[in-house]
Amino acid sequence: MFFGLGVLRGLMVTLKNFVTSYFMPPDRGGLFTVEYPEKRLPVIERFRNFPFLVYDKDPENPRCVACEICANECPTKCIYIEKDTDPNKKPLRRPAIFDIDITVCMNCGICEEVCPFDSIYMDHPFEVASSDRLEKLLFHKNDLLKSNDYFHKIRPTHAAAIDARRRAVEEKKKSAAVKPSETGQPPKAQNGGKP
Amino acid sequence: MPKSYTVQNTDLLDTQTLEVNFGPQHPSTHGVFRMFVELDGEVIVTLKPVMGYLHRNHEQIAENLTYLGIMPYTDRLDYFNAMTNNLGYAMAVEKLAGITVPERAQYIRVIVSEFTRLINHLSLVGFLLNDLGAFFTPILYAFREREKILDVFEEISGSRMMCNYLRFGGVKCDLSPAVLETMKKITRNFPKFLDEFEALLSKNEILCMRCQNVGVLPKELAVNSSITGPVLRASGINYDIRKVDRYSLYDRFRFRVPLGRKGDTYDRYYVRVLEMRESVKILEQALQDIPVGEILNPKTAPFAKAPRNFKPPVGEDYGRIESPKGELGYYVVSDGTPQPWRYHIRAPSFINLTILEDICLGHKVADAIIILGSLDIVLGEVDR
Amino acid sequence: MEILDSIFLNTKKIFLDLLGCWLPDWMILLVNIGIIIGVIAVLGPVIMMYLTLLERKIIGRMQNRIGPNRVGIFGILQPIADGIKMFTKEDIIPQNADKIVHFLAPVLMVIPALLAFAVLPFGRGMIPVNLNVGLLFFIAVSSTSTICVFMASWASRNKFSILGGMRSAAQMISYEIPMVLSVVPVILSAESLSTYAIVEAQARWSGLHWFVFTPWGLLAFIIFFLCGVAECNRSPFDLPEAESEIVAGFHTEYSGMKFALFYMAEYMNTFTVSALAATLFLGGWEGPVLPSWLWFFIKTHALIFVMFWFRGTLPRFRVDQLMGLAWKLFLPLTLINIFVAGGYHLISDRNFRVAGASAVLLVSFLLFTVFLNRKYMPEKRRYDLVD
Repeated sequence: MFFGLGVLRGLMVTLKNFVTSYFMPPDRGGLFTVEYPEKRLPVIERFRNFPFLVYDKDPENPRCVACEICANECPTKCIYIEKDTDPNKKPLRRPAIFDIDITVCMNCGICEEVCPFDSIYMDHPFEVASSDRLEKLLFHKNDLLKSNDYFHKIRPTHAAAIDARRRAVEEKKKSAAVKPSETGQPPKAQNGGKP
Repeated sequence: MPKSYTVQNTDLLDTQTLEVNFGPQHPSTHGVFRMFVELDGEVIVTLKPVMGYLHRNHEQIAENLTYLGIMPYTDRLDYFNAMTNNLGYAMAVEKLAGITVPERAQYIRVIVSEFTRLINHLSLVGFLLNDLGAFFTPILYAFREREKILDVFEEISGSRMMCNYLRFGGVKCDLSPAVLETMKKITRNFPKFLDEFEALLSKNEILCMRCQNVGVLPKELAVNSSITGPVLRASGINYDIRKVDRYSLYDRFRFRVPLGRKGDTYDRYYVRVLEMRESVKILEQALQDIPVGEILNPKTAPFAKAPRNFKPPVGEDYGRIESPKGELGYYVVSDGTPQPWRYHIRAPSFINLTILEDICLGHKVADAIIILGSLDIVLGEVDR
Repeated sequence: MEILDSIFLNTKKIFLDLLGCWLPDWMILLVNIGIIIGVIAVLGPVIMMYLTLLERKIIGRMQNRIGPNRVGIFGILQPIADGIKMFTKEDIIPQNADKIVHFLAPVLMVIPALLAFAVLPFGRGMIPVNLNVGLLFFIAVSSTSTICVFMASWASRNKFSILGGMRSAAQMISYEIPMVLSVVPVILSAESLSTYAIVEAQARWSGLHWFVFTPWGLLAFIIFFLCGVAECNRSPFDLPEAESEIVAGFHTEYSGMKFALFYMAEYMNTFTVSALAATLFLGGWEGPVLPSWLWFFIKTHALIFVMFWFRGTLPRFRVDQLMGLAWKLFLPLTLINIFVAGGYHLISDRNFRVAGASAVLLVSFLLFTVFLNRKYMPEKRRYDLVD
């Protein structure tokens, strides 16, 4: 047992990595880091960040019906919803206020899972840092509303599955000629919407 | 190991002890942990761990949430091992509500929890070496490998560390064949990385000098203070809940439990390296014969959509798993409402930390730091 | 090649000759000294600046990272950015600190580091002061930095600082002794204490006569270099500023420019120790083809690279192990080495003396590690794998 051989072996490992970092690919001892603002790794489809609301055609009529299920189920209670009303103070099936305090939100994705109207989904952009936490980091309805096309762009397979299911439900409804009182019922959703 | 340490005064010089606070702001207390240390020169005379700086009321918050709503909070207990935290909690609730888990989901659970073990032990070894004074090289090599596993986690659960992936009666999403292939590739390449890592560390004389015979944890003390996990096994006691309880599917896989003989810091380090090798074996087997099938028990699938309807019958249950840090137990009491009536966590880091004073006394300051490092605590779990 | 070799000397000579047209001789002498002081005073900070960058780059590469590359191409302006940051930082003095000593310590710390440059032979004929006791001067001056470190730690009134200061005092005094003793064979062989004469003694046979190529020279080189690493508080001997244990050791309470001064002293020490090791054992500026000063810098930087390499690889010793290493391994080895070197010069048969000296040194190394340092030898461990 020669004192110092282990140290020499360790030194050889770092020297090897020093040398290979100049010409090897990342998985064989090359540089593993990515120079972030210039180069970016592709965002994985299932990646989830803060939520957003989906609208089909018109931002004035989002899929959200202000049922407040997500607000109730949110573990951190970061969602605040108020129903819109018509001039006669009769509540409408759309939100007047839909706020998400993303300083509180912990990106768990439970709102997305519980929403019966396929309305709220987890978003991709993660560079939301701001020095103004009251205005910039409290997302209002207008910040949150994004089109279905956008949803298709960030999560093609998930969105396609959701759309297919929605279409199937619509057709079923049409063929069964449902009574008007039942239109608000959530579409029967099993785990078909999962990507 | 001295039970207590007395200051030796010579006749010539009158010496005094020095009281130092290591932490809460200190580079190597692994978070906001405080050691109140009385020093005789460099030797530790008394040591008092002070905890609670990261207390965030986890259990009380959980008692006001639905059972599903607790799941993302468990990610944040031991933020290195979100998957095993999920698993422990899911198992407790499944026991309470009598839910069975489909086979494919069980396989996925085993796979993710073994990957978690790799992550945890890798980062432990890296941080331990940082505590020993190596300038970030081992930790960055470890994080390089960890990154690959985290990418897989992101692909399957949507988040790298705060996975929130398990559901009662299964898992949230299925593994695609591409992900399985990536997992297989990681598992294949992992032993090669471990060999390199060990060439850098295991035989290194400085590491041996620093770690061997430092912080010896005797068997009796370990058992009496209910230490679990690799720390216990390094002291030579064969107790692995994967083998004892045979929960999930662990009785299907062939793997062995490494045991140390002395219980010093080096054994705690090396047992973890060996455990990583065993985890790789489990992963190889699990990835080989993962079946096709359901990933969520159809009975509980509706509850994922409507957590408020999930009301386990009145009763209590305790679910425990072998988390990478030790026995992670969740005690859940239900009163038939959507919220648990009582929810308690047996956090391995917290209980393993209780022996810190006993094994640090009489050692140098530098030893106390590495002993703390080798106990593998995460303050998110200690303080909850 | 000769032009390149003496380019700096000739430039200075031409400049002084020009001045000689107007100024009296004593003024020329003063200007000459002034130029040397000016060059060293500029060289010190410049060395510190690019060594910090080099270290970060090298260690970054060892860790498969890129290292700093944002400021300027390849990050070459990074040290300047760091300097600006240091200048503009708030200078914090603890309330209960001994303010005068707290201020003096970093300033005094830089002085020995700069003084040590005075006896380094940078190239053929390029030695600032050719002292006949140059080696002694170097060792004497560099050991005074202990006082500054202790001043800093004492004046800060911080317990971590005190711990660092005590460690530093113990470490530097312990490592001084094997460091000096390891140089003795070199002095024996070169028959001079002047660094310039030592280089010239290694000048024959274009490199093969370097002291490092003799058994005693190799051992003395390793010990001298390791002690040098310990002297400038670098990893794996960086106990006085052990980050993971005592926060930042003696400079815990320093910020801004004062902290930068400590940093500067450390890097200048790194340079001077490497340069001296190169001078004593690797033939200094000796070397074929390339100009002498380039050889000097190449050898010095090779040793500096080794220091950075250590830092990127090795964990830190514990304080008692550090002492044990100095007193129980290096000190007896250097003592034996002196006798071996003496015997080496008495015996004329080349093969016999090389073999004999190597054998004696190897056996004594094994004996010392096994008997004196048994407690530090790694144990063989066995692990049970049970089902």
